[in-house]
Amino acid sequence: MTATPTITSPLRLAGISKQFGAVTAIQQFDLEIEPGEIVALVGDNGAGKSTLVKIISGLYQPTNGEIWISGERAELSDPSDARARGVEVVYQDLALVDLQPVYMNLFLGRELTRGPLRTLDRARMARETQELVDELDIRIPSARAQLSDLSGGQRQGIAIARATHWASGLVLMDEPTAALGVAETARVEETILKLKERGAAVLIVSHNMEQVFRVADRVTVLRRGTQVGTRVVSETSHNELVAMITGLAS
Amino acid sequence: MTTLAAPPRDNTVAGVMRRVPWRASVVYIGFVLVFAFFSITQTEYFLTSTNLTNIVVQAAPITVMAIGAVLVLGIGAIDLSIGSTVALAALSTAVVLETTGSWWIAAVAGLVVGAAVGATNGFFITVMRLPSFLVTLASMGLIAGLARQLTDLQSVPVLDSTFVWLFGGGSLLGVPILIWWTVAAALVGWHVLRQRRFGAHVLAVGNNPRAAQVSGILVNRVKMAVFIVSGMTAALAGILYDGRLGGARYTLGEADLMTVLAAVIVGGTALTGGKASIVGAVAGSLLMSMINNGLILSGLNVSQQMIVRGAIILIAVSLSLRGKKSQ
Repeated sequence: MTATPTITSPLRLAGISKQFGAVTAIQQFDLEIEPGEIVALVGDNGAGKSTLVKIISGLYQPTNGEIWISGERAELSDPSDARARGVEVVYQDLALVDLQPVYMNLFLGRELTRGPLRTLDRARMARETQELVDELDIRIPSARAQLSDLSGGQRQGIAIARATHWASGLVLMDEPTAALGVAETARVEETILKLKERGAAVLIVSHNMEQVFRVADRVTVLRRGTQVGTRVVSETSHNELVAMITGLAS
Repeated sequence: MTTLAAPPRDNTVAGVMRRVPWRASVVYIGFVLVFAFFSITQTEYFLTSTNLTNIVVQAAPITVMAIGAVLVLGIGAIDLSIGSTVALAALSTAVVLETTGSWWIAAVAGLVVGAAVGATNGFFITVMRLPSFLVTLASMGLIAGLARQLTDLQSVPVLDSTFVWLFGGGSLLGVPILIWWTVAAALVGWHVLRQRRFGAHVLAVGNNPRAAQVSGILVNRVKMAVFIVSGMTAALAGILYDGRLGGARYTLGEADLMTVLAAVIVGGTALTGGKASIVGAVAGSLLMSMINNGLILSGLNVSQQMIVRGAIILIAVSLSLRGKKSQ
């Protein structure tokens, strides 16, 4: 499971650093994620997790280092570059449109059209959405339901389904269950594991140590911008991770 | 989380009442009530076909402006400058018609003026990142001043017979041309909002601009386009006033901002963006026109009409905000 450098890994980060003026937010970060692998990114508040996600999603540009996506060196100057390379992000605030049906959220910005007038093909969008949510086992009343009628967990499921639908290789998730209850968290985690079955590479930022042990294959720890280490989840312990995160021997 | 597949339908009276989308239906219920009210109180004249046709014809400029306003409210913005844009475009059109004698150059000139107003509003809202309320409040006054300046407060006659036929007095297949304009504007508006990607983007921008942006929608481009359309629909309304009244005057459109906003809001378009209805706006315009017509027939003077219209806007806004779903 250790990073064997294959040319086609969905994501490879080599020596990524990011400085904001005199402040170093990220220092020498390396990571490679294989298809079908879930890697958790953990660390205390302000450790640089969000900065790293923003770098991979194209919102920030690294000061140093290389990003390789699906075997190609990528210069991401804005989020559309990352999207064009098949990187999708599930944002903490979900970035959904409440007053639209589920299917419009799934196709937001990439709506399907038909005919010479290029009118919206609502029927096809609804059908494809239904197929996808069925496949991911996200239980919603209907693909045509208005988003504001769904629960928090269902909405999170839709956000993940959207990312899955468009991601050709890599899905980034920033605290995907931070706002959810226990039962809803469990369902969202099932959805995340479904992504793995489909062969997507997932990088998940989480504060929840139990969650890391439940879903992730490997975990990498950031402390004040420095990558403390990467562990295979089955070969580490809760205590070891906490010690790595806090920098205190336990 | 387990019983979500098919919640049982509540078919009690209370359950059915809850399912009726009251907010979206306000305009139709209001339409029926007002229609019934005037049919009963104004028996002699209200129900004549001449009067009913008149209600629709009178509504034409308001309906056209309402299409633009639906899009503007759809992105969660507001355009207060449409009333003065009507006057400026109407006067520009009349002046160009007088000097060139060409009906189509005049009409195009009017539309260009409207587009320019919209683009200017759009520039300050997108590039300068100012709130649309403040930008269009300022441009409302500025444009009204320009309209007064343009002809030094003088009216300009519109005499060209083609122009008057096409934008005012003509009829086609027995139907007044202004009704054709109304139908055309409504169809185009509906198509754009409901059937085009652009319409979906408008609603997304109004509902959650950040979601729209991270989904790759060019938020500023959408806003700019919407304000240009709003300026152009106001200009078209001005042109229709030119045709119907046979002349332009700086007072044209003065009271229209209120009427248009009332029509659009009562028609189910949310002030808060993201929810918009063209059909509702058209019904709202007809409702406003019918109220206007009925109040005149009832012998109310202009001041009393203003009071009633203001009260209707208050009711419409209350319903629009009261029905907002808590998150």
